[in-house]
Amino acid sequence: MNCAECEILLHALIDGELDAGHARDVEAHVATCAGCAEKLEAFRAMRSAMAAADLKEKAPAHLRGRIEAALSLPPQAPAQVITPRKFLPPSRRSFFGGLAVGTALSAAIAATLILTVFPNDREQTVADEVVSAHIRSLQPGHLMDVETSDQHTVKPWFDGKVDVAPPVIDLTAEGFTLLGGRLDYIDGEPVASVVYKRRKHIINLFVAQRLGATHANVTDRTIQGYNVRHWSTGGLDFWAVSDLDPSELDEFVGKISAALHGSSS
Amino acid sequence: MRDTMTADANAEQDKARRFRDAALPYLDDVFALARYLLRNPADAEDAVQECYLRALRHFDSYRGPAMKPWLLAILRNVCNAEFARRGKQEAPADDAEDEPPSDQSPLWQEAPASPEAALLRHQDGATIRRLIAALPQPFREAIVLREVNELSYQEIAEVAGVPVGTVMSRLARARSMLRSAWNAGETVACGTAPGSVS
Repeated sequence: MNCAECEILLHALIDGELDAGHARDVEAHVATCAGCAEKLEAFRAMRSAMAAADLKEKAPAHLRGRIEAALSLPPQAPAQVITPRKFLPPSRRSFFGGLAVGTALSAAIAATLILTVFPNDREQTVADEVVSAHIRSLQPGHLMDVETSDQHTVKPWFDGKVDVAPPVIDLTAEGFTLLGGRLDYIDGEPVASVVYKRRKHIINLFVAQRLGATHANVTDRTIQGYNVRHWSTGGLDFWAVSDLDPSELDEFVGKISAALHGSSS
Repeated sequence: MRDTMTADANAEQDKARRFRDAALPYLDDVFALARYLLRNPADAEDAVQECYLRALRHFDSYRGPAMKPWLLAILRNVCNAEFARRGKQEAPADDAEDEPPSDQSPLWQEAPASPEAALLRHQDGATIRRLIAALPQPFREAIVLREVNELSYQEIAEVAGVPVGTVMSRLARARSMLRSAWNAGETVACGTAPGSVS
């Protein structure tokens, strides 16, 4: 192997993309070539410095909300509802063929149509969104914004991020470990999620001022295999979602309710 | 009539929901690539939104293999359209617009004892981002897909629409340019016309 080949292949070696045969070739060359050895060392160091610097980006919450809003509408008409500022200039409308992009009038008609078609079950829509938010939270790196089992850390963390002070209840002694909290978006509104765990099962407890209909009795439903419980108390709406067994989720809801009533009396 | 409309609309909503569950977990990745490619937060947000709307429209024909590279490929097309709209090749000097006037220059004036010393020294994320932002487009894209989006060479090749060999040479070039900028303490010389690569 010559230096020119090695200069390309050493990156594949660093990236773990080289098969064993070529990896041996690179290492053999590097063992006898000070120049390439120095490069390998330097690029390794650079790569770990870049990894340490955390160059990832987090999408701003308002962008997430914007996209959620765009996606929750029937896609025949997304362009009327939220038009990206400059990617749909009038001159290029034909490029997005099939989209009914038109005047403000047709946009208004489309909006009316959407309202007519989906007026009825906001509760169901919210329930679906709650489950989607739960599923999203299970993706690597999405579960918690604040990670602590200390309820006195979680509660103040929500200050100023949501318009409620969600009760954060420590149920560790009862078998539900408090993992932390997260800011989430449901129905376009920021909501608090308090995250618990029982064995391997994650429970998201979403708390908001108003999320769906208000009712003191717990309603239960199952969506995409997840159990969902919803109830309202003390001016707050609670949604608990988990793949936990229904009876255990009921136990969780019971304990949260009991603690809420205990603390408010 | 109303029933048919409702059924169609429900099917569309169901599709939107399946799409959202499959695609939204990669929002941070899509946003990161948009941010690095377009170098302007507002444009990046528009591009991400357009990417998701386009992806939803094509979701029926999506057969895999993996959601993340698929979304990133769509985003890349959206960004290319944006470059065309801007009507000029990416000029590396642009990033002066995005970045606050550099108050980091003292960092650069300490001449490193050796290249290794410079590489091993802690560099803050903002400096490294600036160095990446200064790379010509194909190299910037390759390095971001690798180091930020953590794609495999094969996936990068699919997203960029080039052979794996080209990915390898672009990554090698990208890292060499980064390294000299890192050591020289200035942004990458842009003597190489972006069109002339690979």
